[in-house]
Amino acid sequence: MIENLLIEIFIGITIASAPLIFAAIGELLVERSGVLNLGVEGMMIVGALLGFVVISHTGNPYLAVLAALVAGMMIASIFAFLTQFLLTNQVATGLALTLFGLGFAAFAGRDYTEVTIDLIGPIHIPILSEIPYIGPSLFSLNPLIYLAFFMVYLVWWFLFKTKQGLILRAIGDNHDAAHAIGHNVVLYRFMAILFGGAMAGLGGAFLSLVQVPIWGEGMTAGRGWIALGLVVFASWQPFRIILGAVIFGGITVLQLHAQGFDIRISAQYLSMLPYLATIVILVSLRMRLKNKTNRTVPNCLGRIFHSTT
Amino acid sequence: MSNRRFSSVLKLSILSVVLAFTGSVSADPVKAAFVYIGPTGDHGWTFAHDQGAKYVKEKMGDDVVITTVESVEENSDSERVITSLARKNDIIFTTSFGYMNPTVKVAKRYPDVKFEHATGYMLEDNLSVYSARFYEGRHVIGKIAGRMTKSNVIGYIASFPIPEVIRGINSAYLAAKSVNPDVSMKIVWVYTWYDPGKEADAANALIAQGADILMQHTDSTAPITVAEEKGIYAFGQASNMREWGPNAQLTGIIDDWGPYYLARVQAVKDGTWTSSDTFDGVKQGMVKFAPMNNNMPVDVKNEAMKAIIDLSMGAIHPFTGPINKQDGTPWLAEGETPPNFPDLLTMDFYVEGIDSKYPN
Amino acid sequence: MIKLIPRAENSKAMIILSPIIALTLTALSAFVIFLFILEDIAVSSVFFTLFAEPLLDSYYFSELLVKAAPLMIIGLGLSIGFRAGIWNIGAEGQYVMGAVAGGAVGLYFYNVEGFWLLPLMAIAGIIGGMLYASIAAYLRIKYQVNEILVTLMLTYVAVLFLQAMLQGPLRNPSGFNFPESRMFHDSAMLPIIWEGTRLHIGLIVAILLSILAWFGIKKHMFGMQIKITGSAPRAAKFAGFDDNKTVWYSLLISGGLAGLAGLFEASGPAGQLTPGLPQFYGFTAIIVAFLARLHPVGILFSALLIALSYVGGENVQIDYNLPSSITQIFQGMLLFYFLACDILIKYKVVLFKKNN
Repeated sequence: MIENLLIEIFIGITIASAPLIFAAIGELLVERSGVLNLGVEGMMIVGALLGFVVISHTGNPYLAVLAALVAGMMIASIFAFLTQFLLTNQVATGLALTLFGLGFAAFAGRDYTEVTIDLIGPIHIPILSEIPYIGPSLFSLNPLIYLAFFMVYLVWWFLFKTKQGLILRAIGDNHDAAHAIGHNVVLYRFMAILFGGAMAGLGGAFLSLVQVPIWGEGMTAGRGWIALGLVVFASWQPFRIILGAVIFGGITVLQLHAQGFDIRISAQYLSMLPYLATIVILVSLRMRLKNKTNRTVPNCLGRIFHSTT
Repeated sequence: MSNRRFSSVLKLSILSVVLAFTGSVSADPVKAAFVYIGPTGDHGWTFAHDQGAKYVKEKMGDDVVITTVESVEENSDSERVITSLARKNDIIFTTSFGYMNPTVKVAKRYPDVKFEHATGYMLEDNLSVYSARFYEGRHVIGKIAGRMTKSNVIGYIASFPIPEVIRGINSAYLAAKSVNPDVSMKIVWVYTWYDPGKEADAANALIAQGADILMQHTDSTAPITVAEEKGIYAFGQASNMREWGPNAQLTGIIDDWGPYYLARVQAVKDGTWTSSDTFDGVKQGMVKFAPMNNNMPVDVKNEAMKAIIDLSMGAIHPFTGPINKQDGTPWLAEGETPPNFPDLLTMDFYVEGIDSKYPN
Repeated sequence: MIKLIPRAENSKAMIILSPIIALTLTALSAFVIFLFILEDIAVSSVFFTLFAEPLLDSYYFSELLVKAAPLMIIGLGLSIGFRAGIWNIGAEGQYVMGAVAGGAVGLYFYNVEGFWLLPLMAIAGIIGGMLYASIAAYLRIKYQVNEILVTLMLTYVAVLFLQAMLQGPLRNPSGFNFPESRMFHDSAMLPIIWEGTRLHIGLIVAILLSILAWFGIKKHMFGMQIKITGSAPRAAKFAGFDDNKTVWYSLLISGGLAGLAGLFEASGPAGQLTPGLPQFYGFTAIIVAFLARLHPVGILFSALLIALSYVGGENVQIDYNLPSSITQIFQGMLLFYFLACDILIKYKVVLFKKNN
């Protein structure tokens, strides 16, 4: 029976990490372009709600996922407009976005608390999912989980294998120089922010369409903030996001299992582990990087870009 | 008109005027307010209280005006909410333990307003407390669970280690053990009353660890939906959750606050309200059950029904000795049942046989 | 098309006008939203309950001040750090730790009377918040770990820690095993300055702190240090200002003040330690600080405004059965508009047609 338990734990960890992967990979692209968007939590919950609303009315999971994506983009566009055109402070604007997003979702969703939907279930990849142990764990996952992994690859490919990705990274490191060369800083950042919003929306949709078939206000429960932490943890490298999400999601899931196994630590201290682990891992990463001049922080992160024309 | 006739007509007129006058005075509706800790859409704890409020409205019609406030946090803000209500209402029900001290403070400042605090223990001249013997409900579902489990592992999603929750765990365990000596219980503490995501996670973890029947002391329908999806059994909490688990829900514990609320509001109207301490169970109709699922074997169903009948007649008590505490020290002697205070109301130990560590 | 043309110097008129424009825009948006969602309730009466009633009713006005006090205190602390570009997002965690530290002192001396207890608790609260914030300061200086993240993660830890304390050492032994502490005794409670209400000396402390901060920033070298470091870290290093010292000061001050606010809440309106102690004051104070443009006196006003929206919003919830999330939406909108209108100070909005 232990193999079944391990498979269940593995699947549980993937489900716990997927929303984080979506939100974090989106924010990673945004931060690579030099923008810090603290509004991830607000964008996620709006995506969660819109996805839930659409699937409860249409029963169509594709439409619901699309709706969540669009919802995230639209609310991100407020942030994009304010920070890129009206040159507002990014920290404050991001916080306002979180506040507004949470309030809006709670308000718009108040009639949906009694609705249940059919969850988007896992798919079983033919043949591969028959392989013992690996089959049920790796090849019978929810399609959105596969999408999350794919998005990580996509972002990596974009950033490091395309010309536009190079430009975006250049903008993140030195927006004045990039502007001087003739690149449209505002356009790149605007697009990046919209992408971040779309991803956050998808992350939220994962919660309401895959994990629990109920809508509850505040159901993101701080995952947006964790995602922000994951971006730093990953040193802005896409594949490291997966590692961080798995660690964080894993600890969250394992903490519950630990209680079932009657580990003699009080539940509150167990619940602290994911947050403490994030800090510890961040520090340990820095400690190892201290000797290299590995400056992966986008230089212009958070600084306002003033075009002079 | 003769004098006699005139005086009777006069008496009749005066009488009718007096009746009309007093009629219009007592026609002032009673204003009752309810403070909820969660959304009525939780379909659990708050939903059940709201059903109670609706019952009062249904029975009293225009004689009552009901105000409800949802999702009031258990912090110092609640004192302001209760005060706002006290300025405009005759009786206020605060439906969660965490409102206790704020309710006491406001009750002291508004001696003419009546207050009713759920699951608390502080009384004033104008403050009552009321609670339900949910552990009686747990006794019944415990018996069902003991019979229906094949893996002999019952999964329990618990919220906070407060006496009410501990009573429920102990009662369920004892009942399950009484029909199935091999049964064991795995308990996960989620430290929230309402968090569908966390409750679902806990449910999944318990199932992965072998539980094939779930109990919860949290307010959302998440655990039942997980049970339904995974094809195992569960029990509705505070209300009938059949809609979320048509196959999964064997039965559910239903909190029926309506009759109590009606009696209290009516007492305010009649001027007969006095401070009281109510701790009612199946016998008084405060604890009810959702209809038994047809997929239960007949003998299990009958055993459960008999337990319900026994409880409703006061013939059995879920905590009847001999029972020891988890550390082996004796608690109840043979045939002994515990007093409300301190044993039930401050219960802070597991009974013998539960092999989880008591939280803290 | 619309172009933004930088002004030669900041428009003095706009400094006053832009918040007013933002408020007006928020009110207008609220009006439109209410028109849509209210079916047969007059929008004007909702507005009255939301904005006017808390000012006209003495009880609600006192409650407004009660809610504003912690926002002022925390906001003041945060504004000092924000000016320097040190983003302490975890004031909520420091607030909780301050409450726990100060509250623990009060509970340790349970039923011991004496005028010295409350100041001792306050000091404990400040130290608690400071120590907690110093973790982020240390990690930032030693390992360049971003303080936004650390303070935020530590907030979750602090809230869990409070719960653990209330289950264990700080729990009321005669409280039926509920996770709450004893009610604080008289010497451990804050003096009330408005008889019959919950308004305590926290408000006076807030006003004094604001004046102190205003002087500090205007006159003292420290203020200049923070102003410069915030706007150009490299320049600050060249001029000899110590970046590390700024990090310490900013986090210790904001942490200490957040801790003090936490102790005030525990010894004031709450009167005990409960799991409900975290009320997001630490996060709301960030908004308060930004709405005041980090100005110490302005923070007093923006705190009042936000407190007004809470008290008024709650009454709207009770009287008209509107959900509490409505208040959040308006606060978010206010902040959006405010930030947007700020641009009018530095830039002129010009409409012109393209010439062909």
